[in-house]
Parts: sequence; structure tokens; C-alpha cells
Amino acid sequence: MNYVDFLLWVRGPAFQIATAIFIFGLSWRLLEILSLSRKPELAVVRERGIAGGFRTIFRRFLPVDDNTFQRSAFIITAGYIFHLGFFIILLLFVPHILFFREFFGFSWPGLPTPVIGIITIMTLLALIALLINRMRHPVLRFLSGFEDYFVWIVTFLPVLTGYMAFHHFFHYPLMLALHILSVELLMIVFPFTKLMHTFTWFISRWYTGSRAAQKGVQV
Amino acid sequence: MSAASFERGYNAFKEQIDAPIASYFSSCIHCGMCAQACLFYTETGEPKYTPIYKLEPMRKIWEQEYTLFGKLKVLLGISQKLTDAELAEWQELIYGSCTLCGRCSMVCPVGNDLVYMIHKAREGMAAAGHAPHSLIEGNQRAINIGSATGVGLPTLQAQIKNIERDTGIKIPIDVPGVEYMALISAIEILNYPEYLSSLAKIMKHVGKTWTLSSKGFEATNAGIQIGVSDIAKELLMRIVNEAEELGVSTVISPECGHAYMVIRWEGPNLIARPFNFKVQHIVELLDEWREQGQLETEGFEKARLTFHDPCQLARRGGVIEQPRKLLNMVANQLVEMEDRGKMNWCCGAGGGLAAQEESEALRLKAFNRKRTQLKTLKVSQLVTACAHCREHLEEGLENNDMKMSVVGLTEMVVKHLVDKNET
Ligand code: SF4
Ligand code: SF4
Repeated sequence: MNYVDFLLWVRGPAFQIATAIFIFGLSWRLLEILSLSRKPELAVVRERGIAGGFRTIFRRFLPVDDNTFQRSAFIITAGYIFHLGFFIILLLFVPHILFFREFFGFSWPGLPTPVIGIITIMTLLALIALLINRMRHPVLRFLSGFEDYFVWIVTFLPVLTGYMAFHHFFHYPLMLALHILSVELLMIVFPFTKLMHTFTWFISRWYTGSRAAQKGVQV
Repeated sequence: MSAASFERGYNAFKEQIDAPIASYFSSCIHCGMCAQACLFYTETGEPKYTPIYKLEPMRKIWEQEYTLFGKLKVLLGISQKLTDAELAEWQELIYGSCTLCGRCSMVCPVGNDLVYMIHKAREGMAAAGHAPHSLIEGNQRAINIGSATGVGLPTLQAQIKNIERDTGIKIPIDVPGVEYMALISAIEILNYPEYLSSLAKIMKHVGKTWTLSSKGFEATNAGIQIGVSDIAKELLMRIVNEAEELGVSTVISPECGHAYMVIRWEGPNLIARPFNFKVQHIVELLDEWREQGQLETEGFEKARLTFHDPCQLARRGGVIEQPRKLLNMVANQLVEMEDRGKMNWCCGAGGGLAAQEESEALRLKAFNRKRTQLKTLKVSQLVTACAHCREHLEEGLENNDMKMSVVGLTEMVVKHLVDKNET
């Protein structure tokens, strides 16, 4: 199999398999969570809590107060740079948009390529800084296990290979194939790891926010 | 209640896991921010006190019982089943170093309500036989004598006599058909009888009918603290039965954050039906009367003072503005701590920690947080609305040679009430 065949396989059957695992796994996990349900609140509530849940989904984007920010300033800042960077690259890089158009049938405007290049470097740096912090901070080192480092790797690889492919490192078709392969790896492990937080954070925030709103506390 | 065993504990853990908990575990990205919100971590620097780590046994059970992948991991030998030894090891974390203050739940970026989980984890721990002895004994005393500290009706009756003699006001007991039924916590009967006498004076001031109940006077609930819902239910039903029998329209939670959380919020869920009476914390009630213009006060406190928000009243109960409005009525030198209201730091003794001798050193170390908070304020008086906070604050201040008096809010308001008989 030469590079081009490899690329074709990666873009074809491999991608279909990865997508199937991703979608099936994701739905399965969400079902596993939601089917557990929760008991209704029987105390007399101060408000119903549905809107309160949604308010918390948004409010929690910012730390609750200055002191909370200061105590975790690094992880919040680096975390934001990496998350924003990752989604900007994913959704606003023109070749990605063309790919999505093939898939969904519609497209949207992207960012100029040099801008994406800068954002990619910032994202990579933020990810590296977060990894170093994870290995050095006493709490994070203590909490982290195999999975924490593993999800870091599968998140880092697509950004790195994407950058390398774009700048035609080595052989372009090979690099592109490796990039797509790393994305497939991300998609496959996604439903079985804490990468799931991408889809569960707003469920968590909603539950917490609605319960607190029922008691009259803004969280 | 059947005897504690690992199997019972394991099943109790399983039963506690609901959709929020599954979502919380799925969402945690080990960012460590919750550690920074917990006074046991900030004051010791020990990573094991990180809130999410306290839930590791529960996380394991969730993963292995409620996720396909987790089951697969066990099958393939990648992950090991939870053991009784692990639970024993976690007793120190779930009971010995968590006051259920809920501060961690305020900071988690994915929105995990950590204290909700820790509270539920106690159900599993108690059923597995890994609750501290002091709390188990407290539960036995609560069931047999009437309160976890062993204060029973005779002590209350003696205290009532004293108060009636001192104030000249009759304390009604077991009177049917009145508007309010007041509860009291054992610590107030023993150490702070000012609360009951203040209550009597206020009731007279606003001209409301009220009563205590000889069968359901204790407001705290040892069963909730330890996490045994059978006991919690039994203790709670003493209050519910009495309130319904006497036909009162409102039950008043005393100055105790825990009691308010139990009766106001957990109560109906515990007995699986709504109450047919209202539950109000005394501070909520006082503020309501203030707003209606029923509290006539005069003069202001001379001391520069601050207010300590009891966690269960403020952060977990939603009573945040009321105490401040009341304070402003009787004090003009109120200064606030930097982290306050829903972000106040726990005194360090909630969640049954005060009853565990083995946690005493840690509890006093955690008090450093309060000391740091108070240091810059230059106040000579600390007001709160929870007798349990009050006791621990007094202990902590004394331990740190800080000269500051601790007062209950109700008592402070009552000091300023205008005597209507004289005018
Ligand atoms: S509830 Fe309070 S004491 Fe318990 S883990 Fe959370 S912050 Fe720490
Ligand atoms: S703050 Fe939330 S996401 Fe971060 S470690 Fe704690 S529980 Fe996990």
C-alpha cells in the first residue's frame, strides 16, 4: 500500500468506522447517564429550576468570583486558550469547512490561514503548558492517571499532525493521512473516556444549577 | 436496620447513583480546581483532600456498574473491583475531612455538585460499616434519648423553668392549634439558652402564638449527618407527626444551618411526600417580620462586627440577604469578610466533624482559613445564625488567642427590641 492508497483508506472505510463508533458510543453513553434519571424535588421550591439550570450553563463559563479565578488562574487561562483554539481550528479552518460541506451539504466562512496558523501554535503551547502543569502541580499529579495523559495525547496529536500536514512536513499525503488517522483515534476513544465531558458538561451544569436555583442560590 | 456489611454498602452506593452523579463523573476532567475551594486542602496542602478524590470509591462503582466500558474493563482485568479495605481507607476522607460545606460545588468548571455526591456517598459508607464510631453512637443516642449529644426532655424542661423564671414569659409546650412550632438543637438547650429566651421575647413582641413539642423538639438529625436514611426518617417523623398533630402552619428551624437543610430541603424528599406545613429558619421569619414592620427596635450595637454565613443556611439553603438586612437594623458597623454569602468559608466543624475526636487536630487546622478571613477586618464581634458554627468559632478563636465574642443573630436582634409594655 502506498501513501495515496493509505490516504484513501483513511479517508474512506476507516473514517466510516470511526464515525460509527463515535456516534453509537456517544449515544450509548448519554443514554447510560440519562436513563438513571433523578428523583423529583418534593420540598417547596423558591423557583422551578428549569431556567436556573440554563442560567448556570452560561454562568459557569466564568469563575464564580475573583478569588476563585486567582486560585486557579493558570489552568483557567490555559484551559480557555486551548479549548477556544481547538474549536476555532476545527470549525473555522477553510479545508475543514470544505470537509464539513461534503458531509452536511452546507458551509460557512472561515478564518484566513495565517490566523489559523497562529492559533494552532497557541493551542499547542497551551496544551504543552497544561501537560507540564499536570505533571508538576501536587494536586494534579496526584489525581492524574493513565486516562488523563492518554486523552491529552489523543487531543494533542490531531492539532500537531494538522499543523505538520499544512506546512508539508515530510510527505504531504502521508502527513494528511496521519492527521486524519489521529482524528479517527480521537473519535474512537472519545465515548469511552473523559473526553465525554464535551457533551456532558452542560448536563452537569444544568442539574447543579437547577437544584441550586430551586433553593434560591445562584451558582 | 440490618447489620452493616460490604455488600449492603456496595448496594447502597449503587442505589444512590442517579443521572446527575453519572453526568458528574463523566464530566470531571481532573482540573483540580475543587481542591482550591476546600479548606481542608488549602490549609494543609494535602492533595488527598481534593473533593473529587473523596469520591473515588463511588466513581469506581459508577464506572463498573453503570457503564458498559467499565464492566468490560473489569472483565478484561484492566480495573479491579472495589474492596472493603478501600472503603475503610476512605472513611477519613468522606467523614473525617469534609464538612459538607459545598464550597467545592461552586467552582467546578464542568458544574459538578461535589457535595451532593459526598453526602450520598455517606449512605454507602454507613451501610458498609465504615462510619466513625462517634457518629454511630450519636445516632443511637438520638434514637434512644432524643438528641445526638444525649440531651433529652428533662434537660429541656429544666432549662424552660430557668428561662421562665428569668424572663417572666411562659414557654408554651405541646399547645395545639397555634401558628408556629419551634424546634431547638440540643446545643442550644445546653450551651446557649439565650436562643430560647430570645425566641420567647420575640414571639411576645410580635404577638404570635407558638409552642414547643415535648416529643419533637430536637432540630438536628444525626441520621442525615451519618447517611442512614432509615434513622434520618425516624428522627424527622418525630417533628412531622408533632407538627401535624398540633396543627401548626409553620415549623421554625432554630439557629442551625444543618437543621434548616434537613427539614426545609431534605425533609420532604426523605419521607417521600410534601409537608402540609411550612418550614422557615428563624432568620427568614425575623426578616419577614422586619419587612412587615412588626419588629420595633432601638439603638445600635457599639462593636465593629461581621457576619459568618453558615454554609447550609447560605450556600446550600438560599438565606443570604435576610441576616444582613436584620443586622443593618441593629448594627451600623457591619463589615463584611472578603469571601462571604454563598462563597463564605466553612467554620470547619460542619457535617458531623465536630463530633469526631479523631478529626480535632485537622478541624482546628482548617480554622486557619477563618482566622485569615477575620484577621484583616479588625472586628470585636462575630455574629452568626448557627449554634454549631458558633461553638466551633468560639473554640477556634480561643485556640488562636483572638479576642472576639461570638453572638447569635436572633439574640442580637432581641436585645434591641422595644419593650412594648412600657410604651
Ligand atoms: S463540601 Fe466543603 S469540606 Fe467537603 S469537600 Fe467540598 S469544599 Fe471540602
Ligand atoms: S473541579 Fe470539577 S472537573 Fe475539576 S477536578 Fe474537581 S470535580 Fe473534576
